[in-house]
Amino acid sequence: MSTVASELRASAAVVLRARGLTKRYGHITAVDGVSLAVHSGEVLGFLGPNGAGKTTTMRMLVGLVRPDAGTAEVLGRPAGSPASLAGTGAMVESPAFYPYLSGRDNLRALARQVGLPRERVESVLEIAGIATRGGDRFSGYSLGMKQRLGVAAALLKDPEVLILDEPTNGLDPLGIADMRSLIRGLAEANKAVLLSSHQLGEIEQICDRVAVLVRGRIVAEGTIDELRGAPQLVVRATPIGDAEAQLVSLLGRDRVSRQDDEIRLTIAPEEAPRISRALVSAGIDLHEMRREERSLEAAFLAMSGPSEKGETA
Amino acid sequence: MSFINSYASELFKVRRRPALWVILSVWLALMLLFTYVFPYVGYRDATNAREATGLLTRLLPASLAGQALTGYPVWGGSLIVVLGALVAGSEYGWGTLKALLSNSPGRLTVYLGQIAALFTILAALVIVAFGCSGLASIIIGATTHAQLVAPSASDLAKSMAAGWMILCMWCTFGVALATLFRGTALSIGLGVVWVLAVENLLRATAAIVPVIATVEKGLPGVNAGALVAALGGPASTAGGTGIAAIVGGAQALAVVAVYLVLFAATAGLLLKRRDVQ
Repeated sequence: MSTVASELRASAAVVLRARGLTKRYGHITAVDGVSLAVHSGEVLGFLGPNGAGKTTTMRMLVGLVRPDAGTAEVLGRPAGSPASLAGTGAMVESPAFYPYLSGRDNLRALARQVGLPRERVESVLEIAGIATRGGDRFSGYSLGMKQRLGVAAALLKDPEVLILDEPTNGLDPLGIADMRSLIRGLAEANKAVLLSSHQLGEIEQICDRVAVLVRGRIVAEGTIDELRGAPQLVVRATPIGDAEAQLVSLLGRDRVSRQDDEIRLTIAPEEAPRISRALVSAGIDLHEMRREERSLEAAFLAMSGPSEKGETA
Repeated sequence: MSFINSYASELFKVRRRPALWVILSVWLALMLLFTYVFPYVGYRDATNAREATGLLTRLLPASLAGQALTGYPVWGGSLIVVLGALVAGSEYGWGTLKALLSNSPGRLTVYLGQIAALFTILAALVIVAFGCSGLASIIIGATTHAQLVAPSASDLAKSMAAGWMILCMWCTFGVALATLFRGTALSIGLGVVWVLAVENLLRATAAIVPVIATVEKGLPGVNAGALVAALGGPASTAGGTGIAAIVGGAQALAVVAVYLVLFAATAGLLLKRRDVQ
């Protein structure tokens, strides 16, 4: 992430903050000392394998579940308090509505609960792209339409903070693109969004920062670039052993690693010409030299550890 | 303001629910059948003049205040337990409680709005039921050429208030069970078994076990039956309606009120304190 973005974030207000949130179920610690902060105008991605504790954390942030330790504040008020919920829109887990009511009537019931006018319901149905099907019963909705209705419900109060648990589940590619642009638009309108997802591509495209949760703990937090780590220069040369020795003497052991017939260098891209000249002048045949960035997926899998790799999307 | 909003929202949802109208329609149909239609058939077919006169007297408008409450303590109550359990339990089954509470102005406000909406519906049910009962008694009076004497307004008001209170007690019983078990099936099953079976068995056992006779005086259904008996409801001979003056009217009223508050408070406390998964 650019320095400009970091500076903007530093100047923006923290609207959601968790400190040491912990939740235990019997002898299992579902969430273990989670601390995070979301700024206004920012989309924070909440990434983690199944069972990592993302949904439990989100439940604590909207007051559905009480933490065993730690505190959370939303808009400066204790998370889950009526004052914090007044400025929070949430969709935690799959969208749940009354099956015998239409989508519109479901939203009208929620709007009445917080004293919102009927016009607001029409407005969010429009934003979520289900205005034409608003009169249909919820029980007849497809998964994608249910997701859209869930997001519409979360937007109903025009909240400052949005907590969205896998909002693109079940959406078709067009729906995913709509949702992406909707969420980015919310951030541009200075809303804070905490978004959990299994879709790494989606996280990369939507989020300003990412917090990675593994076995209830935050194992990494930062911008996408920070999580990926510095780009590497991949070198293929023969004889590979001589090439490696030459590069180690040039750059130091900590910046050089060898994997089979490839050597990976952690260096700035501008150093590539110097490296190639050094190898050629040492009589080494240089076959390939390319810049390689670690994907978010690779970074995520490395953080998740072997036991979770099979569960991630 | 938050409570009014919650109340309006709950009323909006519950009155659109098909199951509500099914339960209320069945309740009204059973009430008319067992309170007026079957007793009238019994009167018409009676061979004993004294028995016939007794039956007819119960069915005329002058006896409306007591007769209209016949079904409230037991079978009418059991259907209202189902209503309470269904409304509160479905919130868990559908997962809507999460959406409700994470949108809400507070758990207790949501709960009180829900209870108030149910009590409003029960008040409307009692008014409609008394209207139907009054109409039935007028038709029977006109058919039998009996003298039509209007019931006393104060008796009628007391009777309606007591009937509403009994239904509210059974409704909160259903709500408390549904909140305790976080669903509908078990709470409906246990609630109905309690009202229709357990209390009747305890009544039957009370005649032979003195300790049970003491316990019986504190049961919700027994006290609801005693309250109806105190308001002129026809005492049950076969034990079916549960109307019997086992305790005095004042005690019955107090016990029904205590149960109402107890069930409502238990459900409220559970909802307030427990995690919602």
